[in-house]
Amino acid sequence: MNVERWLDIVRLRVRSLLRRGAVEREMDRELRFHLERETTQNVSRGMTRATAEAAAMRRLGGVAQIQEECREMRRASLIESSIHDLRFAGRMLRKAPAFTLAAVATLALGIGANTAIFQLLDAVRMRSLPVPDARELGLIRIAGKGGFGISNYSDNLSFPLFEEMREHQQAFSHVFAWRSGYANTRIGKGGDARRATAVEVTGDFFSTLGMQPAAGRLFRTEDDVRGCPAPTVVLSYPFWQSEFGGDYSAIGSRLTVMDHSLEIIGVTPAGFSGPEVGLHFDFALPLCSITALHFGDTAPFNRRDYSWLNVMGRLKPGWTMARASEHLQAISPGLMQATALSGYSRDSMDRYLQFRLEAVPGATGVSRLRESYDRSLWLLLGLTGLVLLIACANLSNLMLGRAWAREREFAVRLALGAGRTRLIRQTLTEGLLLAAAGAVLGLALADGLSRTIVRFLETEGSHLDLNLALDWRMLAFTAVVACVTCMLLSLAPALRAAQGHPAAAMKAGARGLTADRKRFGFQRLLVVVQVSVSLVLVAGAFLFVASFRRLVTMDPGFRAQGVLQGNFELGNQYHDDAVVRQLLDEVRATPLVESAASTTNFLIGSGMWSLVARTDAMVRDARFTWVSPGLFATLKTPILAGRDFTANDSRTAPKVAIVNEMFAQMFFPGVDPIGKTFRTFPEPDYPEAVHEVIGVVKNTRYFALQSPETAMVYEPASQFPPGYDGDKMFIRSSAPLMAVEAAVRRRIEGWRPGTGMRFQGFERTIADSLMRERLLAALSLFFGALAALLAIIGLYGVLAYNTMRRRNEIGIRMALGATRSQIVGLVLKEAAALIVVGLAIGLGGALALGQTAASLLVEISAHDPKQLGAAAVALSAAAALGSLLPARRASRLDPMHALRDE
Amino acid sequence: MSKPTDLLQGTLDLLILRTLSAGPMHGWAVAACIQQVSQDVFQITQGALYPALHRLEQQGWLRGEWRKSDETGRDAKYYSLTRAGRAQLERELAQWERLSNAVGLVIRMAEE
Repeated sequence: MNVERWLDIVRLRVRSLLRRGAVEREMDRELRFHLERETTQNVSRGMTRATAEAAAMRRLGGVAQIQEECREMRRASLIESSIHDLRFAGRMLRKAPAFTLAAVATLALGIGANTAIFQLLDAVRMRSLPVPDARELGLIRIAGKGGFGISNYSDNLSFPLFEEMREHQQAFSHVFAWRSGYANTRIGKGGDARRATAVEVTGDFFSTLGMQPAAGRLFRTEDDVRGCPAPTVVLSYPFWQSEFGGDYSAIGSRLTVMDHSLEIIGVTPAGFSGPEVGLHFDFALPLCSITALHFGDTAPFNRRDYSWLNVMGRLKPGWTMARASEHLQAISPGLMQATALSGYSRDSMDRYLQFRLEAVPGATGVSRLRESYDRSLWLLLGLTGLVLLIACANLSNLMLGRAWAREREFAVRLALGAGRTRLIRQTLTEGLLLAAAGAVLGLALADGLSRTIVRFLETEGSHLDLNLALDWRMLAFTAVVACVTCMLLSLAPALRAAQGHPAAAMKAGARGLTADRKRFGFQRLLVVVQVSVSLVLVAGAFLFVASFRRLVTMDPGFRAQGVLQGNFELGNQYHDDAVVRQLLDEVRATPLVESAASTTNFLIGSGMWSLVARTDAMVRDARFTWVSPGLFATLKTPILAGRDFTANDSRTAPKVAIVNEMFAQMFFPGVDPIGKTFRTFPEPDYPEAVHEVIGVVKNTRYFALQSPETAMVYEPASQFPPGYDGDKMFIRSSAPLMAVEAAVRRRIEGWRPGTGMRFQGFERTIADSLMRERLLAALSLFFGALAALLAIIGLYGVLAYNTMRRRNEIGIRMALGATRSQIVGLVLKEAAALIVVGLAIGLGGALALGQTAASLLVEISAHDPKQLGAAAVALSAAAALGSLLPARRASRLDPMHALRDE
Repeated sequence: MSKPTDLLQGTLDLLILRTLSAGPMHGWAVAACIQQVSQDVFQITQGALYPALHRLEQQGWLRGEWRKSDETGRDAKYYSLTRAGRAQLERELAQWERLSNAVGLVIRMAEE
């Protein structure tokens, strides 16, 4: 029996959903029949036709109300009423295409920007490595960025420490390591040689990650043994596809890497782009191959002060990361003791013994991007959030305006029996529709936006390989943003619609003599919020732009324009005095080259090199660089006192040094440093030595323009302790750098065929090192401008609407003799109050939020009064402009017209 | 005019179902019948009648059908009980029995 009933129910539901028209007509006919029947009966009781009809109507009550109630009965399902609401909202929005377009576009921009930034955050920080049970992976590192020796400030492990740890730890079933950052490696032979990216991994790297080969096999423990008799190579999936067309015959064939022919044994799975987020690799080599491919250099495996390994482990069942970390801490003293350093100063060696290992969750891999961009991305997410907030306030204001314009419609509908909840729901549905449309468009926009930002961050040398595919986190984020947006948009108008008293609204609609204060209070509040939030954004933009400008226009102590950086691969002649000397002479003799000098360090964008220097009064580390004569001329760094190096400063001559001003002031305060001496603390390969200062140069930036100036020492390349070093060169020319590069290539190819060469403009290197600052400046400027524009539109809207509501009052004032300028003043006074309150609150906000941005600002304080003041002035100027328009329109009112036109 | 809430909603449903158990009727006839049979005690607000009819139809107790009315010869919507409606009437009657008995008991006890 129940089946029959349910069929009935379903049939009726479907009918009222799909055949709305028919159902409505029937309802109409049914009631009309009723009225007729009632009328007939009344007539038969002796009434006249007209009275009978009226009585029947009276008895039945409001026809529309009954119909609505019947509809309500039929529409028992929420779906149908929601569809109805959606249709209605759609109709209302279609009727105001300009509003709808503006609203959806604003929201799409706002939501799109938020989603794009979130997408980047997601990609660099939250995505798990595409390996089974990634949660069990732990990153093992030296706590507190210990690092040591020549790779200072790193949390990587040295190979002896890795081996010692692997032997003694119990928390992980396996630990594996790979060389941190990927190696830029030469493949192919002779003229076909080019660069590819290699990741060098321990033998159990792939098996511990739990990866299955796409073809062939991956490394096993026996592929990675000391000495590496026959190193093999595993290709990445994309490299296999692009170089071998995905051909299985590639397995077993050979790839030439650094002039060695290696057997290809397999291909990694398609989705795996390596354990370092943002980097990609072309092929993997066993860690042991480093020795074979780099001229028998075993130092990386023996040296205890080379921290070059990223280490991960897979937890044993039952272990937590916290417990594993405690375990590593506990065994650290033994590990450090077993790998204790020698050849360093006492202090350094003691410091090493204090190092502790720790384990942190490694499911998301490691990422240099994360370290450098984490804060900026969160900050940008905050900025975009604020922009969306302003956009919502703006649209909410517009919707409020629409709600008032429709006040009479609402009033009429309330009077005709519409439920208040229905009105609220309809307004909310309108907001939802807008937010949803904005979110869908925003999602599409976000993809392009985030890709643009990634391209923006890429440099010639570093291709960014981020997985930006949609995932549930992004969808959830967008959905939440859209919901919050919808609430922000429509809550105020919805409540407003529900509060209306039909009678009052009808009256107010008819006679808007003065606008009531309460109703505009909320709109004013929204404008104040917009002004204050946009001041925060504009101030942020000013600060980031100022910070970037200072970086770009600062004097770094050298002139990068017209300077080319060259890298030359000399193979096993790396430290060969005669070859290195000849190389420099060849480059200098090349046409177009005005001057050239070799250096162990390119100053900006490459590593740091420190030794500890000591005088009787002072002990401190300083940055050391070994250079050929002519470096300062090439970089146009002024020599303030003393002389440059010469060919006479040879290996056998007394050790000499040129220091920068800061070093001179620190070590020899108040005296002439020329002729003074200092000692260096010993390190392996760098025995203790006495150096005589022969010159002082102007301070230059070191490592990054963002870092403050530091004490620096230059020494002659010919006195470089491990042997004459000259494979890196600064080359100055006034000719286009492309032409210079081509000329140098030709010359060197003729002199020493097969020499690998890489070139990059020094200006380019510096620009690349300012990527983050440029990105922040550009995006914050964009968002700041957008915020200001939205806020001014909001202000304009409120003033214009308000002026229109008050046109009677203004008409009366004018009729009573108020001048135009008095009327302009009236409107501007209102605007000024809003702006001033907004600015005051915004200034407080900017000061409070400045702290979070402080670490991203260079050369400027987050509370820089000049920038904050400029932001306030700029915003109020723009706002004044925005309020002048409605003020002028108010003053042009024809009083007679305004008074008559009610 | 009495408001729909004056009549307990369940009671109105019961009255409609009981009236229709005599045979198919259109809305006006249902109202007239209830009023007549109850000797004008129940003056059903017609505003409440139609939503109730639609609700009962929607719940599958009634079936609506368009056919020529005998009195006027015009199309009218006739409601009749479905099988499920008949069973529902039985349940509601039993429920009403129990309720009125209980009320009766309480009232008599109060008289003693």
